[in-house]
Amino acid sequence: MVAIENVSFKINKPEFVSVVGRSGAGKTTLLRMILAEESPSRGRIFFDNQDVHRIKKSQLYQLRRKIGTVFQDYKLFPDKTTFENVAYVMEVMGAGDKDIKANVSEILSIVGLENRADNFPKELSGGERQRAAIARALIHRPSVILADEPTGNLDPYNTFEIIRLLIKIYEMGTTVILATHDKEVINALGKRVITLEDGKVVRDEERGRFIL
Amino acid sequence: MITSLKRTVKWGWISFIRNLGLSVATIFIVLLVIFLTTFFFFFDKISKAVIADIQNKVDVTVYFKTDASKDDVMAARNDISQMSEVKDVVYLSKEEALENFIQKHKDDPMMMESLREVGDNPFLPSLNIVTWQASQYETVTKLIGQASYQNQIEKVDYFQRKPVIDKVFAVVGSINNGGFIVGLVLIGIAILVVLNTIRIAIANSNEEIATMRLVGASNWFIRGPFLFQGIVVGMIATALAFLVTFGIALGFNNSLSVFLPGLSFYNLFLQNIWALIFYQILTGVGLGVLSSMIAIRRYLKV
Repeated sequence: MVAIENVSFKINKPEFVSVVGRSGAGKTTLLRMILAEESPSRGRIFFDNQDVHRIKKSQLYQLRRKIGTVFQDYKLFPDKTTFENVAYVMEVMGAGDKDIKANVSEILSIVGLENRADNFPKELSGGERQRAAIARALIHRPSVILADEPTGNLDPYNTFEIIRLLIKIYEMGTTVILATHDKEVINALGKRVITLEDGKVVRDEERGRFIL
Repeated sequence: MITSLKRTVKWGWISFIRNLGLSVATIFIVLLVIFLTTFFFFFDKISKAVIADIQNKVDVTVYFKTDASKDDVMAARNDISQMSEVKDVVYLSKEEALENFIQKHKDDPMMMESLREVGDNPFLPSLNIVTWQASQYETVTKLIGQASYQNQIEKVDYFQRKPVIDKVFAVVGSINNGGFIVGLVLIGIAILVVLNTIRIAIANSNEEIATMRLVGASNWFIRGPFLFQGIVVGMIATALAFLVTFGIALGFNNSLSVFLPGLSFYNLFLQNIWALIFYQILTGVGLGVLSSMIAIRRYLKV
Protein backbone atom coordinates (compact mmCIF):
# COMPACT_ATOMS: atom_id res chain seq x y z
CA MET A 1 0.00 0.00 0.00
CA VAL A 2 1.30 3.47 -0.90
CA ALA A 3 0.67 6.32 1.58
CA ILE A 4 1.67 9.15 -0.77
CA GLU A 5 2.61 9.11 -4.44
CA ASN A 6 3.92 11.62 -6.98
CA VAL A 7 3.94 14.45 -4.49
CA SER A 8 6.13 17.38 -5.51
CA PHE A 9 6.18 20.91 -4.11
CA LYS A 10 8.54 23.53 -2.81
CA ILE A 11 8.15 25.65 0.31
CA ASN A 12 9.98 28.96 0.56
CA LYS A 13 11.01 30.61 3.77
CA PRO A 14 9.29 32.08 5.57
CA GLU A 15 5.96 30.66 4.47
CA PHE A 16 2.78 29.46 6.17
CA VAL A 17 1.60 26.32 4.39
CA SER A 18 -1.34 24.15 5.35
CA VAL A 19 -1.48 20.54 4.20
CA VAL A 20 -5.09 19.40 4.22
CA GLY A 21 -6.89 16.20 3.48
CA ARG A 22 -9.14 13.57 4.99
CA SER A 23 -7.81 11.20 7.65
CA GLY A 24 -5.48 8.77 5.90
CA ALA A 25 -4.76 11.13 2.99
CA GLY A 26 -1.04 11.05 3.80
CA LYS A 27 -0.55 14.31 5.75
CA THR A 28 1.25 12.75 8.69
CA THR A 29 3.38 10.52 6.44
CA LEU A 30 4.49 13.61 4.54
CA LEU A 31 5.54 15.38 7.75
CA ARG A 32 7.27 12.27 9.07
CA MET A 33 9.28 12.06 5.86
CA ILE A 34 10.40 15.70 6.16
CA LEU A 35 11.62 14.82 9.67
CA ALA A 36 13.35 11.68 8.27
CA GLU A 37 11.26 9.54 10.60
CA GLU A 38 10.16 7.59 7.51
CA SER A 39 11.92 7.09 4.18
CA PRO A 40 10.27 7.36 0.75
CA SER A 41 10.55 4.28 -1.47
CA ARG A 42 11.14 6.65 -4.39
CA GLY A 43 11.89 10.36 -4.70
CA ARG A 44 13.82 12.81 -2.57
CA ILE A 45 13.18 15.46 0.07
CA PHE A 46 15.49 18.43 0.35
CA PHE A 47 15.90 20.66 3.38
CA ASP A 48 18.25 23.61 2.83
CA ASN A 49 19.51 21.86 -0.34
CA GLN A 50 20.34 18.71 1.67
CA ASP A 51 18.72 15.37 0.79
CA VAL A 52 17.37 14.43 4.22
CA HIS A 53 17.30 10.71 3.51
CA ARG A 54 21.00 10.61 2.74
CA ILE A 55 21.86 11.77 6.24
CA LYS A 56 23.28 9.01 8.49
CA LYS A 57 20.94 7.98 11.33
CA SER A 58 23.53 8.97 13.91
CA GLN A 59 23.72 12.47 12.36
CA LEU A 60 19.97 13.06 11.97
CA TYR A 61 19.85 15.12 15.15
CA GLN A 62 21.56 17.95 13.25
CA LEU A 63 18.64 18.15 10.79
CA ARG A 64 16.06 17.82 13.55
CA ARG A 65 17.58 20.71 15.52
CA LYS A 66 16.60 22.98 12.60
CA ILE A 67 12.99 21.80 12.77
CA GLY A 68 10.52 22.28 15.59
CA THR A 69 7.79 19.64 15.69
CA VAL A 70 4.34 19.85 17.29
CA PHE A 71 2.72 16.43 17.52
CA GLN A 72 -1.01 15.76 17.65
CA ASP A 73 -0.50 13.60 20.76
CA TYR A 74 1.89 16.25 22.21
CA LYS A 75 4.68 13.71 22.93
CA LEU A 76 5.68 15.57 26.09
CA PHE A 77 8.09 13.75 28.42
CA PRO A 78 5.80 12.48 31.20
CA ASP A 79 8.49 12.50 33.90
CA LYS A 80 9.60 16.06 33.20
CA THR A 81 7.87 19.26 34.26
CA THR A 82 6.64 21.80 31.69
CA PHE A 83 9.81 23.83 32.24
CA GLU A 84 12.04 20.76 31.88
CA ASN A 85 10.19 19.61 28.75
CA VAL A 86 10.85 22.92 27.03
CA ALA A 87 14.37 23.32 28.44
CA TYR A 88 15.34 19.83 27.22
CA VAL A 89 15.65 20.98 23.60
CA MET A 90 18.01 23.82 24.58
CA GLU A 91 20.02 21.46 26.77
CA VAL A 92 20.33 19.08 23.83
CA MET A 93 21.83 21.94 21.82
CA GLY A 94 24.33 22.73 24.56
CA ALA A 95 22.92 26.11 25.70
CA GLY A 96 24.08 27.51 29.03
CA ASP A 97 21.90 27.31 32.15
CA LYS A 98 21.34 31.10 32.34
CA ASP A 99 20.24 31.26 28.69
CA ILE A 100 17.92 28.32 29.20
CA LYS A 101 16.29 29.84 32.27
CA ALA A 102 15.70 33.20 30.57
CA ASN A 103 14.47 31.76 27.25
CA VAL A 104 12.21 29.09 28.71
CA SER A 105 10.56 31.57 31.09
CA GLU A 106 10.00 33.94 28.18
CA ILE A 107 8.49 31.31 25.86
CA LEU A 108 6.28 29.95 28.64
CA SER A 109 4.86 33.41 29.18
CA ILE A 110 4.31 33.80 25.39
CA VAL A 111 2.25 30.58 25.35
CA GLY A 112 0.55 31.53 28.64
CA LEU A 113 2.05 28.74 30.76
CA GLU A 114 4.22 30.80 33.11
CA ASN A 115 2.22 29.55 36.09
CA ARG A 116 2.39 25.90 34.98
CA ALA A 117 6.19 25.68 34.72
CA ASP A 118 6.52 23.21 37.59
CA ASN A 119 3.57 21.01 36.64
CA PHE A 120 3.95 17.61 34.99
CA PRO A 121 2.11 16.96 31.68
CA LYS A 122 -0.53 14.82 33.41
CA GLU A 123 -1.45 17.86 35.50
CA LEU A 124 -2.12 20.03 32.41
CA SER A 125 -5.29 20.31 30.30
CA GLY A 126 -5.27 19.32 26.61
CA GLY A 127 -4.85 22.93 25.49
CA GLU A 128 -2.07 23.54 27.99
CA ARG A 129 -0.24 20.40 26.86
CA GLN A 130 -0.45 21.51 23.25
CA ARG A 131 0.85 24.97 24.17
CA ALA A 132 3.71 23.33 26.09
CA ALA A 133 4.47 21.24 22.98
CA ILE A 134 4.50 24.40 20.85
CA ALA A 135 6.79 26.12 23.35
CA ARG A 136 9.14 23.11 23.10
CA ALA A 137 9.06 23.27 19.30
CA LEU A 138 9.85 27.00 19.33
CA ILE A 139 12.39 27.37 22.08
CA HIS A 140 15.49 26.87 19.91
CA ARG A 141 14.20 29.21 17.17
CA PRO A 142 14.06 26.60 14.40
CA SER A 143 13.74 27.70 10.78
CA VAL A 144 10.72 25.43 10.25
CA ILE A 145 7.84 24.34 12.48
CA LEU A 146 6.00 21.14 11.56
CA ALA A 147 2.61 21.05 13.25
CA ASP A 148 0.74 17.77 12.82
CA GLU A 149 -2.95 18.24 13.69
CA PRO A 150 -2.02 20.49 16.62
CA THR A 151 -5.67 21.32 17.26
CA GLY A 152 -7.02 17.80 16.76
CA ASN A 153 -7.82 17.25 20.44
CA LEU A 154 -8.82 20.81 21.34
CA ASP A 155 -12.09 22.74 21.76
CA PRO A 156 -12.78 25.71 19.40
CA TYR A 157 -11.49 28.29 21.90
CA ASN A 158 -8.15 26.51 22.39
CA THR A 159 -7.96 25.73 18.66
CA PHE A 160 -7.90 29.41 17.73
CA GLU A 161 -5.47 30.19 20.56
CA ILE A 162 -3.03 27.70 19.04
CA ILE A 163 -3.57 28.95 15.48
CA ARG A 164 -2.99 32.56 16.63
CA LEU A 165 0.27 31.36 18.19
CA LEU A 166 1.36 29.68 14.94
CA ILE A 167 0.58 32.84 12.94
CA LYS A 168 2.64 34.85 15.43
CA ILE A 169 5.55 32.44 14.95
CA TYR A 170 5.25 32.78 11.17
CA GLU A 171 5.19 36.56 11.41
CA MET A 172 8.42 36.40 13.41
CA GLY A 173 10.08 34.76 10.35
CA THR A 174 9.60 31.02 10.86
CA THR A 175 8.20 28.73 8.17
CA VAL A 176 5.14 26.87 9.43
CA ILE A 177 3.87 23.64 7.85
CA LEU A 178 0.50 22.83 9.35
CA ALA A 179 -1.22 19.50 8.70
CA THR A 180 -4.92 19.59 9.55
CA HIS A 181 -8.38 18.51 8.50
CA ASP A 182 -10.05 21.40 10.34
CA LYS A 183 -12.08 23.29 7.72
CA GLU A 184 -12.72 26.38 9.85
CA VAL A 185 -9.06 26.81 10.66
CA ILE A 186 -8.01 26.66 6.98
CA ASN A 187 -10.71 29.01 5.80
CA ALA A 188 -9.86 31.53 8.53
CA LEU A 189 -6.14 31.47 7.71
CA GLY A 190 -6.25 32.60 4.08
CA LYS A 191 -2.74 31.19 3.41
CA ARG A 192 -1.23 28.63 0.99
CA VAL A 193 -3.08 25.30 1.06
CA ILE A 194 -1.83 21.99 -0.38
CA THR A 195 -4.69 19.50 -0.63
CA LEU A 196 -3.93 15.77 -0.53
CA GLU A 197 -6.34 13.09 -1.65
CA ASP A 198 -5.42 9.40 -1.52
CA GLY A 199 -1.76 10.31 -1.28
CA LYS A 200 -1.74 12.66 -4.25
CA VAL A 201 -1.61 16.48 -4.41
CA VAL A 202 -4.92 17.57 -5.99
CA ARG A 203 -4.61 21.33 -5.32
CA ASP A 204 -1.86 23.77 -4.36
CA GLU A 205 -3.28 27.30 -4.00
CA GLU A 206 -1.65 30.51 -2.73
CA ARG A 207 -4.71 31.65 -0.77
CA GLY A 208 -6.48 28.36 -0.55
CA ARG A 209 -9.67 27.20 1.08
CA PHE A 210 -10.72 23.85 2.44
CA ILE A 211 -12.36 22.03 -0.47
CA LEU A 212 -12.69 18.25 -0.36
CA MET B 1 31.68 18.47 27.51
CA ILE B 2 31.41 19.32 31.21
CA THR B 3 27.92 20.79 30.63
CA SER B 4 26.91 17.60 28.83
CA LEU B 5 28.28 15.44 31.63
CA LYS B 6 26.52 17.58 34.24
CA ARG B 7 23.21 17.20 32.37
CA THR B 8 23.72 13.46 31.96
CA VAL B 9 24.19 13.15 35.71
CA LYS B 10 21.25 15.50 36.42
CA TRP B 11 18.76 13.67 34.16
CA GLY B 12 20.01 10.25 35.24
CA TRP B 13 19.55 11.16 38.90
CA ILE B 14 16.15 12.87 38.37
CA SER B 15 14.90 9.84 36.45
CA PHE B 16 16.21 7.52 39.18
CA ILE B 17 14.37 9.49 41.88
CA ARG B 18 11.12 10.02 39.93
CA ASN B 19 10.91 6.30 39.12
CA LEU B 20 12.01 5.23 42.58
CA GLY B 21 9.82 2.11 42.72
CA LEU B 22 11.31 0.72 39.53
CA SER B 23 14.81 1.78 40.59
CA VAL B 24 14.50 -0.03 43.94
CA ALA B 25 13.16 -3.17 42.22
CA THR B 26 16.10 -3.12 39.81
CA ILE B 27 18.56 -2.62 42.69
CA PHE B 28 17.21 -5.75 44.41
CA ILE B 29 17.49 -7.86 41.26
CA VAL B 30 21.09 -6.72 40.74
CA LEU B 31 21.70 -7.31 44.46
CA LEU B 32 20.60 -10.95 44.07
CA VAL B 33 23.09 -11.49 41.25
CA ILE B 34 25.89 -9.93 43.31
CA PHE B 35 24.97 -12.24 46.21
CA LEU B 36 25.14 -15.20 43.88
CA THR B 37 28.60 -14.27 42.57
CA THR B 38 29.72 -13.51 46.14
CA PHE B 39 28.52 -16.95 47.22
CA PHE B 40 30.55 -18.60 44.47
CA PHE B 41 33.50 -16.36 45.27
CA PHE B 42 33.56 -17.66 48.86
CA PHE B 43 32.66 -21.21 47.79
CA ASP B 44 35.81 -21.18 45.65
CA LYS B 45 37.97 -19.78 48.49
CA ILE B 46 36.57 -22.22 51.07
CA SER B 47 36.87 -25.27 48.82
CA LYS B 48 40.47 -24.28 48.00
CA ALA B 49 41.22 -23.93 51.73
CA VAL B 50 39.68 -27.35 52.40
CA ILE B 51 41.61 -28.93 49.52
CA ALA B 52 44.85 -27.31 50.70
CA ASP B 53 44.18 -28.66 54.19
CA ILE B 54 43.53 -32.17 52.88
CA GLN B 55 46.64 -31.97 50.72
CA ASN B 56 48.67 -30.91 53.73
CA LYS B 57 47.45 -33.94 55.62
CA VAL B 58 48.46 -36.34 52.88
CA ASP B 59 51.99 -37.61 53.19
CA VAL B 60 54.02 -40.76 52.48
CA THR B 61 56.06 -42.63 55.05
CA VAL B 62 58.89 -44.93 54.05
CA TYR B 63 59.67 -47.51 56.75
CA PHE B 64 63.16 -49.00 56.78
CA LYS B 65 64.08 -52.46 57.96
CA THR B 66 64.87 -52.70 61.64
CA ASP B 67 68.57 -53.38 60.95
CA ALA B 68 69.02 -50.33 58.69
CA SER B 69 71.62 -48.00 60.19
CA LYS B 70 70.99 -44.31 60.75
CA ASP B 71 73.63 -43.54 58.06
CA ASP B 72 71.76 -45.65 55.51
CA VAL B 73 68.49 -43.89 56.29
CA MET B 74 70.13 -40.46 56.18
CA ALA B 75 71.71 -41.29 52.81
CA ALA B 76 68.24 -42.21 51.54
CA ARG B 77 66.90 -38.98 53.04
CA ASN B 78 69.52 -36.98 51.11
CA ASP B 79 68.63 -38.78 47.92
CA ILE B 80 64.88 -38.21 48.36
CA SER B 81 65.19 -34.54 49.27
CA GLN B 82 67.09 -33.99 45.97
CA MET B 83 63.90 -34.89 44.05
CA SER B 84 62.25 -31.79 42.57
CA GLU B 85 58.79 -33.02 43.63
CA VAL B 86 59.72 -33.25 47.31
CA LYS B 87 58.93 -30.36 49.64
CA ASP B 88 60.13 -31.85 52.93
CA VAL B 89 61.57 -35.08 54.36
CA VAL B 90 61.56 -35.74 58.11
CA TYR B 91 63.56 -38.52 59.70
CA LEU B 92 62.04 -40.42 62.63
CA SER B 93 64.31 -42.90 64.45
CA LYS B 94 63.04 -46.09 66.12
CA GLU B 95 63.50 -44.46 69.52
CA GLU B 96 61.61 -41.30 68.57
CA ALA B 97 58.78 -43.39 67.13
CA LEU B 98 58.53 -45.34 70.40
CA GLU B 99 58.62 -42.13 72.44
CA ASN B 100 55.87 -40.60 70.27
CA PHE B 101 53.73 -43.72 70.75
CA ILE B 102 54.20 -43.66 74.52
CA GLN B 103 53.37 -39.96 74.70
CA LYS B 104 50.24 -40.48 72.62
CA HIS B 105 48.94 -43.54 74.46
CA LYS B 106 50.28 -43.11 77.98
CA ASP B 107 46.74 -42.82 79.35
CA ASP B 108 45.55 -45.93 77.55
CA PRO B 109 46.43 -48.96 79.75
CA MET B 110 45.48 -51.44 76.99
CA MET B 111 47.95 -49.94 74.52
CA MET B 112 50.71 -49.70 77.11
CA GLU B 113 50.09 -53.31 78.16
CA SER B 114 50.32 -54.41 74.52
CA LEU B 115 53.59 -52.54 74.15
CA ARG B 116 54.98 -54.32 77.23
CA GLU B 117 53.85 -57.68 75.81
CA VAL B 118 55.85 -57.07 72.65
CA GLY B 119 58.85 -56.39 74.85
CA ASP B 120 61.35 -54.99 72.40
CA ASN B 121 60.94 -51.66 70.48
CA PRO B 122 58.61 -52.75 67.64
CA PHE B 123 58.91 -49.50 65.69
CA LEU B 124 60.91 -48.98 62.50
CA PRO B 125 63.01 -46.00 61.50
CA SER B 126 61.12 -43.98 58.91
CA LEU B 127 61.19 -41.02 56.56
CA ASN B 128 58.08 -38.89 56.29
CA ILE B 129 57.83 -37.28 52.86
CA VAL B 130 55.70 -34.31 51.82
CA THR B 131 55.53 -33.30 48.16
CA TRP B 132 54.53 -29.96 46.64
CA GLN B 133 51.40 -31.43 45.09
CA ALA B 134 49.34 -34.45 46.05
CA SER B 135 49.58 -35.83 42.52
CA GLN B 136 53.37 -36.12 42.90
CA TYR B 137 53.24 -38.84 45.59
CA GLU B 138 52.88 -41.57 43.03
CA THR B 139 56.00 -40.44 41.10
CA VAL B 140 58.06 -40.10 44.28
CA THR B 141 56.95 -43.55 45.46
CA LYS B 142 57.93 -45.07 42.12
CA LEU B 143 61.36 -43.40 42.21
CA ILE B 144 61.95 -44.73 45.73
CA GLY B 145 61.03 -48.20 44.48
CA GLN B 146 63.86 -48.02 41.91
CA ALA B 147 66.46 -46.52 44.29
CA SER B 148 69.70 -48.27 45.39
CA TYR B 149 68.49 -48.40 49.02
CA GLN B 150 65.34 -50.17 47.92
CA ASN B 151 66.39 -53.47 49.59
CA GLN B 152 66.55 -51.70 52.98
CA ILE B 153 62.95 -50.57 52.79
CA GLU B 154 60.42 -52.55 54.77
CA LYS B 155 57.28 -50.87 53.35
CA VAL B 156 55.93 -47.66 51.83
CA ASP B 157 52.57 -46.75 53.30
CA TYR B 158 51.44 -44.82 50.23
CA PHE B 159 50.22 -48.01 48.59
CA GLN B 160 48.03 -48.79 51.61
CA ARG B 161 46.48 -45.30 51.66
CA LYS B 162 46.33 -44.78 47.91
CA PRO B 163 42.65 -45.80 47.44
CA VAL B 164 41.55 -43.38 50.20
CA ILE B 165 43.69 -40.54 48.83
CA ASP B 166 42.40 -41.10 45.29
CA LYS B 167 38.82 -41.13 46.52
CA VAL B 168 39.21 -37.90 48.49
CA PHE B 169 40.66 -36.11 45.47
CA ALA B 170 38.01 -37.52 43.14
CA VAL B 171 35.25 -36.25 45.46
CA VAL B 172 36.86 -32.82 45.86
CA GLY B 173 37.36 -32.61 42.10
CA SER B 174 33.71 -33.49 41.44
CA ILE B 175 32.48 -30.91 43.96
CA ASN B 176 34.66 -28.26 42.33
CA ASN B 177 33.61 -29.09 38.78
CA GLY B 178 29.95 -29.48 39.73
CA GLY B 179 30.00 -26.22 41.69
CA PHE B 180 31.61 -24.45 38.76
CA ILE B 181 28.98 -25.68 36.28
CA VAL B 182 26.04 -25.02 38.61
CA GLY B 183 27.53 -21.59 39.36
CA LEU B 184 27.88 -20.75 35.68
CA VAL B 185 24.29 -21.80 34.96
CA LEU B 186 22.88 -19.87 37.94
CA ILE B 187 24.89 -16.74 37.15
CA GLY B 188 23.82 -17.01 33.50
CA ILE B 189 20.14 -17.19 34.53
CA ALA B 190 20.60 -14.30 36.96
CA ILE B 191 22.21 -12.13 34.28
CA LEU B 192 19.29 -12.84 31.95
CA VAL B 193 16.86 -11.81 34.71
CA VAL B 194 18.73 -8.52 35.23
CA LEU B 195 18.90 -7.86 31.50
CA ASN B 196 15.19 -8.44 31.22
CA THR B 197 14.33 -6.26 34.23
CA ILE B 198 16.33 -3.33 32.88
CA ARG B 199 14.98 -3.96 29.37
CA ILE B 200 11.41 -3.72 30.70
CA ALA B 201 12.29 -0.58 32.66
CA ILE B 202 13.71 1.06 29.53
CA ALA B 203 10.90 -0.27 27.31
CA ASN B 204 8.56 1.94 29.38
CA SER B 205 10.55 4.90 28.09
CA ASN B 206 10.65 3.83 24.44
CA GLU B 207 8.26 6.59 23.28
CA GLU B 208 10.20 9.12 25.28
CA ILE B 209 13.44 7.97 23.67
CA ALA B 210 11.88 8.26 20.20
CA THR B 211 10.68 11.79 21.01
CA MET B 212 14.16 12.71 22.28
CA ARG B 213 15.53 11.67 18.90
CA LEU B 214 12.84 13.70 17.09
CA VAL B 215 13.57 16.88 19.03
CA GLY B 216 17.24 16.66 18.08
CA ALA B 217 18.98 14.82 20.92
CA SER B 218 22.12 12.94 19.86
CA ASN B 219 22.37 9.24 20.72
CA TRP B 220 24.90 9.88 23.50
CA PHE B 221 22.76 12.63 25.03
CA ILE B 222 19.90 10.08 25.25
CA ARG B 223 22.05 7.15 26.31
CA GLY B 224 24.01 9.04 28.98
CA PRO B 225 21.30 9.36 31.68
CA PHE B 226 20.29 5.68 31.27
CA LEU B 227 23.91 4.62 31.68
CA PHE B 228 24.29 6.87 34.72
CA GLN B 229 21.15 5.29 36.19
CA GLY B 230 22.70 1.86 35.53
CA ILE B 231 25.84 2.99 37.40
CA VAL B 232 23.80 4.32 40.34
CA VAL B 233 21.76 1.10 40.54
CA GLY B 234 24.96 -0.97 40.36
CA MET B 235 26.77 1.14 43.00
CA ILE B 236 23.87 1.02 45.47
CA ALA B 237 23.42 -2.73 44.94
CA THR B 238 27.19 -3.23 45.37
CA ALA B 239 27.27 -1.16 48.58
CA LEU B 240 24.31 -3.10 50.01
CA ALA B 241 25.80 -6.44 49.00
CA PHE B 242 29.13 -5.51 50.59
CA LEU B 243 27.49 -4.45 53.86
CA VAL B 244 25.37 -7.62 54.02
CA THR B 245 28.43 -9.78 53.23
CA PHE B 246 30.32 -7.99 56.01
CA GLY B 247 27.41 -8.63 58.41
CA ILE B 248 27.24 -12.32 57.47
CA ALA B 249 31.03 -12.70 57.79
CA LEU B 250 30.89 -11.19 61.26
CA GLY B 251 27.74 -13.00 62.39
CA PHE B 252 28.62 -16.45 61.07
CA ASN B 253 32.33 -16.13 61.75
CA ASN B 254 32.72 -19.55 63.35
CA SER B 255 30.28 -21.51 61.18
CA LEU B 256 33.00 -22.44 58.71
CA SER B 257 34.86 -24.45 61.33
CA VAL B 258 32.35 -27.22 60.54
CA PHE B 259 34.15 -27.67 57.22
CA LEU B 260 37.60 -26.90 58.48
CA PRO B 261 38.65 -26.36 62.09
CA GLY B 262 40.19 -22.92 62.50
CA LEU B 263 38.73 -21.49 59.29
CA SER B 264 37.18 -18.09 60.08
CA PHE B 265 34.65 -16.46 57.76
CA TYR B 266 35.59 -13.00 58.99
CA ASN B 267 39.32 -13.63 58.34
CA LEU B 268 38.49 -14.99 54.90
CA PHE B 269 36.44 -11.80 54.28
CA LEU B 270 39.31 -9.56 55.41
CA GLN B 271 41.94 -11.48 53.45
CA ASN B 272 39.93 -11.18 50.23
CA ILE B 273 38.35 -7.77 50.81
CA TRP B 274 39.81 -6.02 47.72
CA ALA B 275 39.14 -8.92 45.39
CA LEU B 276 35.60 -9.09 46.79
CA ILE B 277 35.03 -5.35 46.27
CA PHE B 278 36.38 -5.69 42.74
CA TYR B 279 34.08 -8.63 41.87
CA GLN B 280 31.04 -7.00 43.46
CA ILE B 281 31.59 -3.70 41.61
CA LEU B 282 32.30 -5.58 38.39
CA THR B 283 29.07 -7.56 38.74
CA GLY B 284 26.85 -4.69 39.96
CA VAL B 285 28.03 -1.73 37.90
CA GLY B 286 29.01 -3.89 34.94
CA LEU B 287 25.57 -5.48 34.78
CA GLY B 288 23.79 -2.15 35.29
CA VAL B 289 25.70 -0.42 32.50
CA LEU B 290 25.76 -3.38 30.09
CA SER B 291 22.03 -4.04 30.47
CA SER B 292 21.20 -0.37 29.90
CA MET B 293 23.42 -0.26 26.80
CA ILE B 294 21.82 -3.38 25.32
CA ALA B 295 18.27 -2.37 26.25
CA ILE B 296 18.45 1.16 24.86
CA ARG B 297 20.12 0.20 21.58
CA ARG B 298 16.91 -0.85 19.85
CA TYR B 299 15.07 2.38 20.68
CA LEU B 300 17.72 4.64 19.18
CA LYS B 301 16.87 3.67 15.61
CA VAL B 302 14.17 6.34 14.99
